Amino acid sequence: MPNSAWKKYVLAFVITAAIFVTALYISNQISAARVNEIAATQDKISLDIAASETQFALLGERSCESVGESTLSDEMGSLAAKLSYTEGRLGSDNPEVLQQKKYYSLLEVKDFLLSKKMTEKCGWKPVTILYFYSNDGDCPDCANEGYVLTHLRQLYPQVRVYSFDYNLDFSIIDTMRTMYHIKGPLPALVINDAKATYGFQDEDTLINSSPQLKALAKAAAAAAKNATTTPTR
Amino acid sequence: MMDLLNNFVYIPLFISLYFEVFLLITFFEGKRTIKTEEARSSREVPSVTLIVPCWNEETTVAHTLDSILALDYPKDKLTVVAVNDGSTDGTANVLQDYAERFGITVYTKENGGKHTALNLGISRAQSEIVGCLDADSTVAPNALREIIKYFDDPEAMAVTPSIQAWQPRTLLQRIQEAEYDMSIFLQKTLSMLGALTVTPGPFSFFRTRVFKELGPYRHAHSTEDMEYAMRMQKARYKIVNAHTAYVYTNTPKTFKGLYRQRRRWTYGFLANARDYRELFFKPRYGHAGVLTMPFRFFTVFSALILVSIIITNAIHSVLIKLSQWSAINYHNLFLSKSFDFFYVNPSTVVILEILTLMFAFILIVGGKNLAKKQLFSKDIIYFYGLLAPFWLGGAVWNFMRAKNVAWR
Repeated sequence: MPNSAWKKYVLAFVITAAIFVTALYISNQISAARVNEIAATQDKISLDIAASETQFALLGERSCESVGESTLSDEMGSLAAKLSYTEGRLGSDNPEVLQQKKYYSLLEVKDFLLSKKMTEKCGWKPVTILYFYSNDGDCPDCANEGYVLTHLRQLYPQVRVYSFDYNLDFSIIDTMRTMYHIKGPLPALVINDAKATYGFQDEDTLINSSPQLKALAKAAAAAAKNATTTPTR
Repeated sequence: MMDLLNNFVYIPLFISLYFEVFLLITFFEGKRTIKTEEARSSREVPSVTLIVPCWNEETTVAHTLDSILALDYPKDKLTVVAVNDGSTDGTANVLQDYAERFGITVYTKENGGKHTALNLGISRAQSEIVGCLDADSTVAPNALREIIKYFDDPEAMAVTPSIQAWQPRTLLQRIQEAEYDMSIFLQKTLSMLGALTVTPGPFSFFRTRVFKELGPYRHAHSTEDMEYAMRMQKARYKIVNAHTAYVYTNTPKTFKGLYRQRRRWTYGFLANARDYRELFFKPRYGHAGVLTMPFRFFTVFSALILVSIIITNAIHSVLIKLSQWSAINYHNLFLSKSFDFFYVNPSTVVILEILTLMFAFILIVGGKNLAKKQLFSKDIIYFYGLLAPFWLGGAVWNFMRAKNVAWR
């Protein structure tokens, strides 16, 4: 073959490689934009929490009237899903992802403390679930447990789930682990400060094991029944 | 495991995209030549023998012969020969009728396969040019003139036509139409590169001396038209494509028919490629050796690899969904979730797959443009992509077991 023919092979290779690099670049740019979106949401939540904490400090007991249920951010749940999706995309060892996960864990603890304070002072009764998981491949059931908890949160908005990556090298998580004596096999769950339970629990088992969840489920079932039996007039 | 599989996907994607880019570069380089070719008409009118091999074609052969008789070519220069290859239906009567009314030549022999029918016709041909037309195809009136003008080039040893699907009606046929259109583009571009590796059964023409020099057709795993082109490439004989010589071929209506046809083609390619393996990656055989043969061989497997990855991923997601459903004790799986743009995040593979499909679509439109057809009609290439692995798989399976496939 003449030299000019080989040039075409090289040219086609260069163009194809350029297309590949561009596709990689676009995909990475989108992922980076998603991480930035997460960071921005976290900043907003952080600000909200700080504001609520300050309100509590300023107003003491009276704060219950001024801080509504909206104090506790609904965005925490959707943020967790977005983080885990991004983690799946970019890899759990991606430094940006790790950074955001630590930030998220910190916000969770702050939100958890705030909800405890509100429970204490204002008599609210949220169900808080601390969930310790691992995605290092040593917890095959963690993905499904996470799914059960997400489903529970969707069913009952009063349920607040705080998930912690057991293996994330972060002092706050270490403290939580020590405080709740998490030692057994993952997944580990702590419902409303009760004793930690270990191993996978499906949705029904989980509901039946906790009186608070059971009460929620019962109330929800009654409400649903009411809605269908109550005449419209 | 899934990650490994998903990373493996880049190799077939890269090679497919590379081939598409290569073809498009070639096409745009040679666009002006195509215009000149289209405007030109033949300088000479050589004598031509047109052979129609028939085996139980009583329902279609009349249509084929009518289109041949309507060809715009001097009658004294065109000999039409029908070879009855031991038909057991009414083919003989139809041929006899045409012989009496229109003076076509009819040879009758014992059944021996299409290649034997062609060889009989070729061995008795006295003309300068010889060609054949399958008895399930028809030709446009100017097709022969369009073919013959390419023989003005003294180096051209064979000229192939532009094959189109005849009146596609069903979904399956429309899918095939898109594929034939893409093939028109491929044939033309590969012709510019001198890299054609098939001289299709319907309406390919040769200088008669080619058969004297390279020998007659062989059985060649029921795909004698591929084998002959490979034999010519090995001898460095020039094959060119006349994209304005339209031939219309009947396409299978049923999936089973299509499956059998394509499995035969794919098997034939694999087996012939094995017989002509010395062509692979050898620059002395030009682009046919470096580009066409390796790529066609690779395509068979890459399509299988891509689809097995897609299927594995699909099964994997279904299993995950099932296990999630069981984790929530089969309660309502689909709680209302508002759409979030966050999750629209195409991975590199998806972007590349879309691009590869887009390029394939450009090739189809390019083929339609060459064939002077309406550019955008109902083409469903994606669906075709999903069907292809069936016969690719069937052919590879037969090839591995070295089982031969009947030519119909």
